[in-house]
Amino acid sequence: MTRKEKEYDDIPGTFVFDADRSRQGYWLNQFCISLSKESGRQAFRDDPEAHMAKFKMTEEQKQAVRDRDWNGLLELGGNIYYTSKLGAFDGIVFQDLAAMMSGMSRDDYRKMMVDGGRSPEGNRYKSEWEKK
Amino acid sequence: MAKITAGIACSHVPAIGVAMDQHITDQPYWQPVFEGFDYSREWNKKNKPDVVFLVYNDHCTAFDASVIPTFALGCAAEFTPADEGWGPRPVPVVKNHQEFASHIAQSLVLDEFDITIMNEMDVDHGLTVPLSVMFGDKTPEDEWGTLVIPLAVNVVQYPAPTANRCFALGQAIRRAVDSWDEDINVHIYGTGGMSHQLQSQRAGLINATWDQQFMDILVNEPEKARKISHLEFLRETGSEGIEMVMWLVMRGALDEKVTEVHRHYHVPASNTAVGHLILENHA
Repeated sequence: MTRKEKEYDDIPGTFVFDADRSRQGYWLNQFCISLSKESGRQAFRDDPEAHMAKFKMTEEQKQAVRDRDWNGLLELGGNIYYTSKLGAFDGIVFQDLAAMMSGMSRDDYRKMMVDGGRSPEGNRYKSEWEKK
Repeated sequence: MAKITAGIACSHVPAIGVAMDQHITDQPYWQPVFEGFDYSREWNKKNKPDVVFLVYNDHCTAFDASVIPTFALGCAAEFTPADEGWGPRPVPVVKNHQEFASHIAQSLVLDEFDITIMNEMDVDHGLTVPLSVMFGDKTPEDEWGTLVIPLAVNVVQYPAPTANRCFALGQAIRRAVDSWDEDINVHIYGTGGMSHQLQSQRAGLINATWDQQFMDILVNEPEKARKISHLEFLRETGSEGIEMVMWLVMRGALDEKVTEVHRHYHVPASNTAVGHLILENHA
């Protein structure tokens, strides 16, 4: 069955974590959440591949974990509240993770936030991004 | 009779908790965030609740992807602050008013809100940050100074419950509280928000105009606020802005007319617009 078009598909730069993504990312997310406990962090530190093997992730998902491909993880069904545990494992603070996902440098992103954040103007519809 | 005397809306940005735990709230970055909480802490001392009914969302702490209840009511004796990946927050254990919580659970189900009952649950920053905002610095050896009944709302997997449903749940919570025959002062918190997007290329979205309008209509025209669609939350306030449905639960539990005694809005705390309201109820 092909994925039905959703009313929120035209929002740019956004993955809405719906049931389709949740099914696709189930084991990836369960792997990520294992890192919120010290026992999981220790197991992943000791042997990353062995720890990942405990979860039925696809090879593509495992590679995105190895590559720390933050947007790729979302595209493969990851949810930010889960993938951020992998970020925390690496010692990355949330704001820097957001900077990486938005393709900005840490300092530029931080400055954008201090200056009031990313404006909704020009960021509501995919069509607005395509014009850029 | 138990009475809901106030509703409090408050963002629960984890970095607010971190700033308090690291004692850096007077740094230039944080000072304007915390300045807006001074009034709230004084107000809270003068209007001390016996019980806080705290509407929040769990961030995959008590509930991982294996169980996703839309509404889960905490009925355990106590709730331990959880390790969310960087160690538990150094704050007190959260204690419940168990008999009252059980009464609310029963009342809600008979009122046709089929909530999940949690007899064991750890709580994360979604619950402890708003308590820190209102009750100030606490160590694990302290007491919070109130009993707390937590209500966890799913806003992680789309769809969250609608604004309208959340408002109606608030009304049902009000009926449950009003039918509890104990002379206690109850505050209800709606937490989360305001505009923020934590993920992907549009991360960092903030919509201050929308946020301020939302606070206006939430306070004065709640019938309008309960009609806000999920699509509007997503598009206008970012993928995580949808947390604001939880403010509707709080508003639904208050009178039609309320008095706004405090409003605070600041951008940013980390990736998020901080919004905060204290609304007094008159019934």
